[in-house]
Amino acid sequence: MARIVLDRIAHSYGVNAAGVREFALKPLTMTWNKGGAYALLGPSGCGKTTLLNIISGLITPTEGRVRFDDRDVTEVPTEQRNIAQVFQFPVVYDTMTVAQNLAFPLRNRGMSAAGIERRVQDIAKRLELDTCLGRRAQGLTADVKQKVSLGRGLVRPDVAAILFDEPLTVIDPQLKWMLRSQLKHLHRQFDFTMIYVTHDQTEALTFADQVVVMHEGDVVQAGTPEQLFHRPVHTFVGHFIGSPGMNIVPAAVAGDRAIVNGLEIGLGRAYPTLPAAARIELGVRPEAVAFSADGRGHPVTLERLDDLGRYRIARVSLAGCTLNVLVPEEAEADLSGGEPRIVFDPDRVNVYADGHLVEGEAR
Amino acid sequence: MLLELDQVSRTVGGESHLRDVSLRLEKGTLNVLLGATLSGKTSLLRVMAGLDRPSTGRLLVNGADVTGAPVHRRSVAMVYQQFINYPNLSVYKNIASPLRLAGLLRPEIEHRVRGAADLLRLTPLLDRLPGELSGGQQQRTAIARALVKGADLVLLDEPLANLDYKLREELREELPKIFAGTGAVLVYATTEPTEALLLGGHTATLHEGRVTAFGPTIEVFRRPNTLTTAQVFSDPPLNTIAADKRDGGFYFGSIAVPAAGALAGLPDGGYTIGFRPEHLYPDRPAHTAVEIAARVVITEITGSESFVHVAFAGRRWIALAHGVHDLAIDQTVSLFLDPARFLVFDRGGALAAAAA
Amino acid sequence: MEKRENQKAWLMILPVVVVVAFSAIIPLMTVVNYSVQDIFGPNDRVFVGADWFLAVLNDRRLHEALLRQFLFSALVLVIEVPLGVLIALAMPRKGIAVSFSLVLLALPLLIPWNVIGTIWIIFTRPDIGLLGHTINSLGISFDHTASPFDAWITLMLMEVWHWTPLVVLLAYAGLKAIPDAYYQAARIDGASAWDVFRYIQLPKMRGVLTIAILLRFMDSFLIYAEPFVLTGGGPGNSTTFLSIYLVKLAVGQFDLGHAAAFSIIYFLIVLLFSWIFYQALNTIGTGDRR
Repeated sequence: MARIVLDRIAHSYGVNAAGVREFALKPLTMTWNKGGAYALLGPSGCGKTTLLNIISGLITPTEGRVRFDDRDVTEVPTEQRNIAQVFQFPVVYDTMTVAQNLAFPLRNRGMSAAGIERRVQDIAKRLELDTCLGRRAQGLTADVKQKVSLGRGLVRPDVAAILFDEPLTVIDPQLKWMLRSQLKHLHRQFDFTMIYVTHDQTEALTFADQVVVMHEGDVVQAGTPEQLFHRPVHTFVGHFIGSPGMNIVPAAVAGDRAIVNGLEIGLGRAYPTLPAAARIELGVRPEAVAFSADGRGHPVTLERLDDLGRYRIARVSLAGCTLNVLVPEEAEADLSGGEPRIVFDPDRVNVYADGHLVEGEAR
Repeated sequence: MLLELDQVSRTVGGESHLRDVSLRLEKGTLNVLLGATLSGKTSLLRVMAGLDRPSTGRLLVNGADVTGAPVHRRSVAMVYQQFINYPNLSVYKNIASPLRLAGLLRPEIEHRVRGAADLLRLTPLLDRLPGELSGGQQQRTAIARALVKGADLVLLDEPLANLDYKLREELREELPKIFAGTGAVLVYATTEPTEALLLGGHTATLHEGRVTAFGPTIEVFRRPNTLTTAQVFSDPPLNTIAADKRDGGFYFGSIAVPAAGALAGLPDGGYTIGFRPEHLYPDRPAHTAVEIAARVVITEITGSESFVHVAFAGRRWIALAHGVHDLAIDQTVSLFLDPARFLVFDRGGALAAAAA
Repeated sequence: MEKRENQKAWLMILPVVVVVAFSAIIPLMTVVNYSVQDIFGPNDRVFVGADWFLAVLNDRRLHEALLRQFLFSALVLVIEVPLGVLIALAMPRKGIAVSFSLVLLALPLLIPWNVIGTIWIIFTRPDIGLLGHTINSLGISFDHTASPFDAWITLMLMEVWHWTPLVVLLAYAGLKAIPDAYYQAARIDGASAWDVFRYIQLPKMRGVLTIAILLRFMDSFLIYAEPFVLTGGGPGNSTTFLSIYLVKLAVGQFDLGHAAAFSIIYFLIVLLFSWIFYQALNTIGTGDRR
């Protein structure tokens, strides 16, 4: 296992029609600790796959250096990097059995037959593959194949990091839960460095200790799932994480009050010095808005109500702004009649200037 | 149109793809087919489209038998998981293709294509080729093509599966609206329970080629008629345990849960109790709740919610809780079951009683 | 209503039925008809039962031709399939070089068969042929009209030159269809180039190679035009393959009954071996070893 250091990495696939070099990945510096679980999250084309390929060695970055511990691996080819990778579509050697698949990377590295046998048995047991070791890989279901390809990485004692490229894409939702929890469990047992690329926030957030949100080649925010959820540093992160995403409402802010189309909303922090001429917005999670039962709060009109079983999503209009409100199952709010009112949790209302989070001052 | 499937089965090479499917899909409705891979969703869509002929059973449109009628005679449009467009035609020509085939006049085509492009926000892209579009835009083009066709039956086979999470949210919301005015029967196949709930409408749950339940989506979710339906329609997976009812209570492991309300009237015997992960609580939700001690297998935290995977009496359960509950592996944790949230199934898997 | 539609469907396939009847079924029935009769003239024929079939089965020259034919087809497969795969592996995967090599490869496939024979007659002539003359001037005597061995060499060279490109094209299509992730996974697993070939490329090419082997077997087993033009079956009978012998019987000796019975047996042999190859190739590597 290794610590991975990305030192001013940037990558360009070439110049555009106007002759300007276009960067698929803009300069970034980052250190990933040994034994950590990291997720690269973002929409397609955000540069996450480029970054993954730079770490695996399939791409040499245009600029910057990659180091595994203290070894500079920027120009080291994939096969000498001690990394393993699980791909979007399961890659198994069809003509081999599960056991032969697992043994393959060890055989190629010249491990003794007894050693191979021991490792394969051990990994198979941990992945719950021990019952199908003798089966040919071809006929297996997608989730088992994916475990086999993960196993080919885990089985190697020398692996510095395991990379995952949207590995659950072809897995049914119910099986995703099983695979995901197994993966997490394995990570706790082995303590290897794992890097997981996905566009699915649930996968990223549940998997990683540290999630790196990317957008148009830039790292927008790197943080724990909690940080990303409660204090997104950019409205893009607020929108991208959460389902539905954060409500973003244009507002004017003075001190610890915000004015949204004439309505006053209390804030948990004070903002005495907001940049002049900046576009000011409030960011509020649907989870931080509630319908009030006692007549307090702001009157809204209910536009739509979706029942998702364990909660409902109410789409309301507040002084001309549309907001999503998440209504938990246990909140027996009756929204069928009357004039609903909503209240904000002041501590969970963020203020953004030109899309960037403003820290504010504790009151 | 009204589309009815009357005891439709389809067997291919001795393998049963559809078993005895009967459905009644009304004009202007949105119908979700929910099931895992290979549960028969695509087979069912193909039979509805007329691409495949049922081995037995009938297909009725407005009461008339159309079982053997070929696909081109039916008013059907289909959108697939893969983004299927003519690669060498512009977006405009792609959308116009069904209208040109139908022999419409140029001004009429122009009018309809522009209208559809507007609705699907493709207007600035009409001159591009599909290869120059993002995945979401390519799928919008395919949807626009299905829309202009003005078909009575629109079949969508996991249309959002290949799109990014956020794009999915957006298009999922737009799709029913786009087709709402057309009066078409909309059929939407998906593997994701959450997607079915977000779409609303009606849902048919599929399992091993059988439709296990069909009804308004939220009702199928709240009162699943069988254990299979409940399992198909649960994400995270449904928690279950076998229990014995005697002396006015349910017994499993070392736990006794009083059978109150709707559960009280059930005859004594063996049952399977099912409850959803959000109904396995880390904090006592109600005074009637029963405390159990379970072993933590792993915890997943999304930032706003926690999924606590636990082992209890040889079963694997998931507790879905608000907030951050970072529990160490193998520690014993107290969790609460609320009998008011139980779904009780009999030995044959049929719903015996739902407490709520 | 349904019934009327069904009849319409029959009508639609009628043209095909007619074409197939004229092109395949009627000639085949004629052959069957001939194979059980002895024909002396248009109105002078005798039913002979299985006599012709027995004669064919006991025809020593035919046995020789059959053996020769198997040897030829076996050589074709043994040389062309591995060679085709090798060339496909060596082909460029992207850029302008792809189109260039594809066009180059396809050239022999575009030349009519009898022209190919003629080209190779000239090419290998000891007096004026580029190949023939060069070899002879190196002091090696080479003449396909005199030496059976030289005739076979020439024939094999021509056959390999002509048809290996087909195997290459099929194998290349198979290779192109392998997703990049497989190669990346193999690199990560530390696989050698041989491993990549053995465990990824070969299994993934199985489908197209099955087609290639079937096509090359059937086609080489039915070979006629090239040896007919190049050697006329000689020297002696050394390149008299089944088709050539069949034509000699039917046209040369006007032995219609004998030739008809021969055709039917020939047809059955091709069918049988194609089926065996197909079954074998479909089972290899798919069985679940438990």
